Amino acid sequence: MLNFTIRQLGAELAARRVSSVEVAQYFLARANTLGKTLNAFITLDEEKTLARARAADAMLARAGKDGNEAGPLTGVPIAHKDIFCAKGWRTTCGSQMLDNFIAPYDAHVIERFDAAGMVPLGKTNMDEFAMGSSNETSFYGPVRNPWNTETVPGGSSGGSAAAVAARIAPAATGTDTGGSIRQPAALSGVCGLKPTYGVCSRYGMIAFASSLDQAGPFARSAEDLALLLNAMAGFDARDSTSLERAPEDYARDLDKSIAGLRIGLPKEFFADAGGVAPDVARAVEAAIAEFRRLGATVVEVSLPNMHLSVPVYYVLAPAEASSNLSRFDGVRYGYRAPEYSDLLDMYKKTRAQGFGAEVRRRILIGTYVLSHGYYDAYYLQAQKLRRLIANDFIEAFKQCDVILGPTSPTTAFRIGEKSADPVQMYLSDIYTIAVNLAGLPGMSIPCGFDGRGLPVGLQIIGDYFAESRMLNAAHQYQQATDWHTRVPPEVKA
Amino acid sequence: MKWEIVIGLETHAQLSTASKIFSGAATAFGAAPNTQASAVDIALPGVLPVLNKGAVERAIRFGLAVNATINRRSVFARKNYFYPDLPKGYQISQYELPVVEKGTLNIVVGDTEKTIRIARAHLEEDAGKSLHEDFHGMSGIDLNRAGTPLLEIVSEPDMRSAAEAVAYAKALHTLVRWIGICDGNMQEGSFRCDANVSVRPQGSDKFGTRCEIKNLNSFRFLEQAIEFEAKRQIELIEDGGAVVQETRLYDPDKGETRAMRSKEDAMDYRYFPDPDLPPLEVSKQWIDKIKCDLPELPQVMANRFHLDYGLTKYEATTLTRDGVMADFFEYALAFVSTQPAEWPKLPKPPSRGINIAKAKPDAKLVANWILGEVASLLNKEDASTAEFRITPHQLAELMHRIKGGTVSAKIAKEILRILWNENPEGDIDFIIEEHGFRQISDSGAIEKIVDQVLAANPRSVEEFRAGKEKAFNALVGQVMKATQGKANPAQVNELLRKKLGG
Repeated sequence: MLNFTIRQLGAELAARRVSSVEVAQYFLARANTLGKTLNAFITLDEEKTLARARAADAMLARAGKDGNEAGPLTGVPIAHKDIFCAKGWRTTCGSQMLDNFIAPYDAHVIERFDAAGMVPLGKTNMDEFAMGSSNETSFYGPVRNPWNTETVPGGSSGGSAAAVAARIAPAATGTDTGGSIRQPAALSGVCGLKPTYGVCSRYGMIAFASSLDQAGPFARSAEDLALLLNAMAGFDARDSTSLERAPEDYARDLDKSIAGLRIGLPKEFFADAGGVAPDVARAVEAAIAEFRRLGATVVEVSLPNMHLSVPVYYVLAPAEASSNLSRFDGVRYGYRAPEYSDLLDMYKKTRAQGFGAEVRRRILIGTYVLSHGYYDAYYLQAQKLRRLIANDFIEAFKQCDVILGPTSPTTAFRIGEKSADPVQMYLSDIYTIAVNLAGLPGMSIPCGFDGRGLPVGLQIIGDYFAESRMLNAAHQYQQATDWHTRVPPEVKA
Repeated sequence: MKWEIVIGLETHAQLSTASKIFSGAATAFGAAPNTQASAVDIALPGVLPVLNKGAVERAIRFGLAVNATINRRSVFARKNYFYPDLPKGYQISQYELPVVEKGTLNIVVGDTEKTIRIARAHLEEDAGKSLHEDFHGMSGIDLNRAGTPLLEIVSEPDMRSAAEAVAYAKALHTLVRWIGICDGNMQEGSFRCDANVSVRPQGSDKFGTRCEIKNLNSFRFLEQAIEFEAKRQIELIEDGGAVVQETRLYDPDKGETRAMRSKEDAMDYRYFPDPDLPPLEVSKQWIDKIKCDLPELPQVMANRFHLDYGLTKYEATTLTRDGVMADFFEYALAFVSTQPAEWPKLPKPPSRGINIAKAKPDAKLVANWILGEVASLLNKEDASTAEFRITPHQLAELMHRIKGGTVSAKIAKEILRILWNENPEGDIDFIIEEHGFRQISDSGAIEKIVDQVLAANPRSVEEFRAGKEKAFNALVGQVMKATQGKANPAQVNELLRKKLGG
């Protein structure tokens, strides 16, 4: 069962060769052992998980009778990033602020996976309020990378990426504001996809930066990502930024040939990028060569404003975050300082104690850039540049179907290596951030290893709503290569 | 020096939607604390706002009613500040791009008309309430009101006296109820004003430093607060001081305004466009449809009453201060100027086909009755005008009885009181018979009583003959008294003159 893909697992369940309860117990056992070592989960709740597994088994038992249908995901476990509210589950967002918060409602994404019959395995560890690229800002401690437990799994969806990499969960959810799905997918050697902004509802997903946040799946193959995206995407009237589009089957193009696929290579990703580690560059170039072998053509494109994306992001995302996180004030729910003298003191102490250093830093930056007298120079300016960055992509996609490049400039770094230098940490998302600013879909798939045996991620960026085309490219690559099937050496059944 | 007062008003009108502006929770007033607060209103982690189309529709209706520009694209922003009754830590409000801009509203002070410019009207959500009593040193938070839709209507500083400000506030109050976007209930806070007041030497074209008086929830307080504030500022300047820009509160018990916070303490709200809400786009078709559904507006109707029916501007404005009253007037007038047999055939509303020439002679009579007797009955019981206890048919029938000489005006008032207080369903003829209200027009009967009165009041007779006209009125009074007001006054007059002159 260890290396079953979701498709395989779904088939086993549908054929009733294994029960959902058995599958859940198998993965729960891993979560309780290896999961603890990696610190991948914040909350496990066996009773809830097994109850859902039993319900899935009942659904599978009825399937085919009286018009009952089970889907390809029915009974398959999925770990959820602890940013999604799930009714009755503690939902912390990796913060002391919500340490005691039991969500009274389900996020839309949770509803969708529940409706698909998936079994929630637990809530995964993450950077506090999704602010981080290493999973070190979590109130619950850092997550360890299964490829090397001295290194980070990436962030902010580090627990989800590590859980999938370590075969603790066959699938997981994540969110991506500046690379928080793709970068940990790359560093942990799994597949992760961030859809076009608006494809998945943000309802019930605790907001970091509303105009950038987007939910997406983790799995070990592009095909599995397509199945998961089929379940989680869809219009939701409770999110005004959710897009009302006809449902589509993201798996429909998987088997198409990619002969003639036009691959754009932004020169800024390669020639100009001094920061890319040689091992990463080598693996990505080899992957591009593989794509050419499969019939794709390569064209150089340019994203001239690319270099502005990190500074633009670190104005806009903190600005929105400073406002989004104002609701954590100790008044209605969550953490409240045990002692205070008056209202103002209560606010100050609650927020100073309840938030970690990185969250406080970003609230301060965000508050500053929105302040009277600075708004025009920072926020407004950044919004204008955001448009330019998006326009660069629109221009580039006139010449190509997908853009390829590295997901992250480096492979996984050591725990603690970058925590003293926030800017170094922020640069870890240099290749992913522009995609969020433009609202485009992007994904990362494994494409090799560095000299230390740490995985390298290949980023595939698509045009708006081109998820199925990206998945097609990734799937064809995975049919020809086996990087995505590699198992971390320490991970055993 | 002569001083000029300059006033601008910011009015918050609570929009009459059944649910909140960004959530599905109910907006009804008076529910138990926090029973009308949904996950969105409490600002649970992960919830998102969804704009209530009904609130937008009402804002557009208002914009059209004040001849304003309806912005096809407007933007919701976040106004950030911390307060326990502000669950999200920010208020969603339109800031740079409001839905309504540049309108006008006419006011009448005395018989003078003036146009007040409306700078903008924007949509926003209300906050909850902090309850400081009953919690032993702690504060309670009630979030029922959080997320209630408000339209903030901002005037230009076009008013020059407290009376003008009150006239503007009243005209606005009339309008928002008239077009059905706000219930106008000031006690419940559905309609409240902030007044920006400054003073300057008469003839100056520069504005003085202004103070903002917050949360005035009655026309009387608005007037008193402005009067006090203007006087305070004038005295301050005349004593060599200077007005400091600040926010002030009016204390109705002491009749004075008090400083709340100065400009220096003003918060930096860090406005920015709300990324959870796309810009509000309004189609031309939608605006056109709302325009078609708009009723005749009070000022248009007042003008029509003035021109068509010959009412004074004051009468016309007063009648159209309330839609129910205006309709009552026009229905009653239609019935008075026609015979009951024609009533079923009358168009609805009567403005669609009333015979102006036929109605005009009765308009004054009907207006007087409504503004006099009916209004005083309404005021007496402190009921809102929506609670008329008689129908326009009943008033019209009463008018017909007066015109036809069945009852005197004085008796008619008595019948109206009976209808109003005791028997709203009552049949007028039945009441007349039951109470013996029929006017005595039998000249023989009246003559008999006149003779008795003359015999019983020799002094008055003498005085009259000595040239005192007042004595004649006293004698008329005695006759009316003896007939319990039922004698036909014209006949009494005529008979008395004849007897006294003879």
